[in-house]
Amino acid sequence: MAFAWYVVGRLALVIPTLFGVTLISFLLTVLLPGNPALVKAGPFATPAYIKEVEHQMGLDRPIPVQYERYVAGLLHGDLGESAATGRPVLQDFAQRLPATLELTLASLVLAVVFGLPLGVLSALHRDKLIDHLGRVVAVAGVALPSFWTGLLLIYVFFYLLGIAPAPLGRLGPDVAAPMHLTGLYVVDSVLTGNWRALGSSLAHLALPSFTLAISIMAPLARMVRASMLETLVSDYVKAAWAAGLPARQVIYGDALRNALIPVITTLGVVFGFLMAGNAVVESVFAWPGIGNYAVTALMTKDSAPIQSFVLFVAVMYVLVNFAVDVAYGLADPRIRLG
Amino acid sequence: MAGLALPGHPWTGWPGMRRLRRNPVSLAAVGTLAALVLIAALAPWIMPFGPDDTDPTAALFGPCWPHWFGTDVYGRDQFSRIIYAARVDLAVPLAATSAALAVGSFIGMISGYRGGWLDMLVMRAVDAVLAFPALVLAMGLAAALGSGTGNLILVIAITQVPTYLRLMRGEVLRAREMEYAEAALTVGNPTRRILFVHLLPNCIPPLIVQATLATGFALLTMATLSFLGLGIQPPASEWGEMTAEGASQMVTGEWWLFLFPGLAIMLAVLSFNLIGDALRDILDPRMRGVR
Repeated sequence: MAFAWYVVGRLALVIPTLFGVTLISFLLTVLLPGNPALVKAGPFATPAYIKEVEHQMGLDRPIPVQYERYVAGLLHGDLGESAATGRPVLQDFAQRLPATLELTLASLVLAVVFGLPLGVLSALHRDKLIDHLGRVVAVAGVALPSFWTGLLLIYVFFYLLGIAPAPLGRLGPDVAAPMHLTGLYVVDSVLTGNWRALGSSLAHLALPSFTLAISIMAPLARMVRASMLETLVSDYVKAAWAAGLPARQVIYGDALRNALIPVITTLGVVFGFLMAGNAVVESVFAWPGIGNYAVTALMTKDSAPIQSFVLFVAVMYVLVNFAVDVAYGLADPRIRLG
Repeated sequence: MAGLALPGHPWTGWPGMRRLRRNPVSLAAVGTLAALVLIAALAPWIMPFGPDDTDPTAALFGPCWPHWFGTDVYGRDQFSRIIYAARVDLAVPLAATSAALAVGSFIGMISGYRGGWLDMLVMRAVDAVLAFPALVLAMGLAAALGSGTGNLILVIAITQVPTYLRLMRGEVLRAREMEYAEAALTVGNPTRRILFVHLLPNCIPPLIVQATLATGFALLTMATLSFLGLGIQPPASEWGEMTAEGASQMVTGEWWLFLFPGLAIMLAVLSFNLIGDALRDILDPRMRGVR
């Protein structure tokens, strides 16, 4: 029961935040240059026709009325139209989302695979070589501009060594996309047994996902280390040692399991990093995701995709943080059981 | 000011200075940053070439003498450009951070001290702004407001304000309950005097730490915006913009064009971060040894 109230309490905080978020993104549409009616009416429209479209879209109404219409539109999935593609932004988003999702998940996996052991080892061997190494990785990881890391990796692995494919999208030019099931090429090609597509998509995924992983590995490893250091000196771990349990059981069973609870809270921050990083990394690697779509829109001042991307990321960020709070509540018996 | 010497915040006495001197990494960071500031200030006198001087006979030279960092397609000396770019690359983040620090802590102080509906409203606004990842909000705002140094400062400052606001509010709420604050109120000090003379100095340390770390992040934000074509525009020299220009030349092997500006960004951001970490250790003893 206590947990239900905890969730309700968190949810009550989400709603005003989402309201504020739509207010800010609406403000952005008002501020963004370019007249959406002009986009909708097309390049050859007469001034009279533009006026009419403006009226249809409610652009001649007072700002509060416009905001109302904006939110009503959002609730119906209307994100406006892209001037560049001439299609509804929602449609463009849906088409590009799998690419972004695949890249995000791959980098998250890489970050956990490298970051978690690094954090645990740093804590176990505090102030030894591995800890210092971890510190260097952490400090450098957050100071590296991701666009530059991406370029450096392309230069070394594509240009110099020739082992990475050209940084142009998700597949080689001579490889057909696997049958569409989830939209994630790696998953789809495994499911359909398309090994050629699997090889190509993994090869294309390697550099961009590693670029993204570098920037999020650092906070993850540091948090695991700090949390692990705390649990290692806690009473229950001391008791486990005293009871003569094997080291593996104490470190990975008792200490790490509890140390991971506070780490959950960093996932929200990590996700925010990833969404912003996506935009940059996708544009460096010509990855056909929503980040790249947004950056292209930014450069051409295509207002609907820009504000939709900003809104989309913020809403996702709010929801992920809500999910993180709930997961934290589930993992922590003090909250779960009240 | 005797009011500064309080337990909890070792603001005075500066045993921290000794601590800083003992840590070679932090010291190196301070040295690097000081050197960068000096280079930026003295740029016109130490640049071997003009940052915008083209030379068709020296196009796309690799690192050599006298072009240490090579030249670009127009024969512009990259070393001079990087030195000159230090000006904008340090000035914009510093200006944005100072502006955000001033505005954020002012509003946070009032909001925390007054409380009530004002505080409630301000905090909801803060939640809404913080719901956007900083870089994504900066991208949207930069597109909306247009490029230019002034707008860039404004954009980065807007993304930072909520952090200081929230920090300052929390500090004021804490400090307000302290005995010295109550004493100051009891003897009949006006609100303004309590806020600025009694509370403010005791709330500053965590803000300084945050501001130092944020300056590094502000530099990264600016470089990223410029890389994407939303910040400083070519042909001006800025590290992110230079990396973008160099990126197009990379596939033909001209590695020096993208490599050196990126190294400059990393060096500067690293210095800010390391100094921020060191300051945190000094000013916030609870965090000591955690990182």
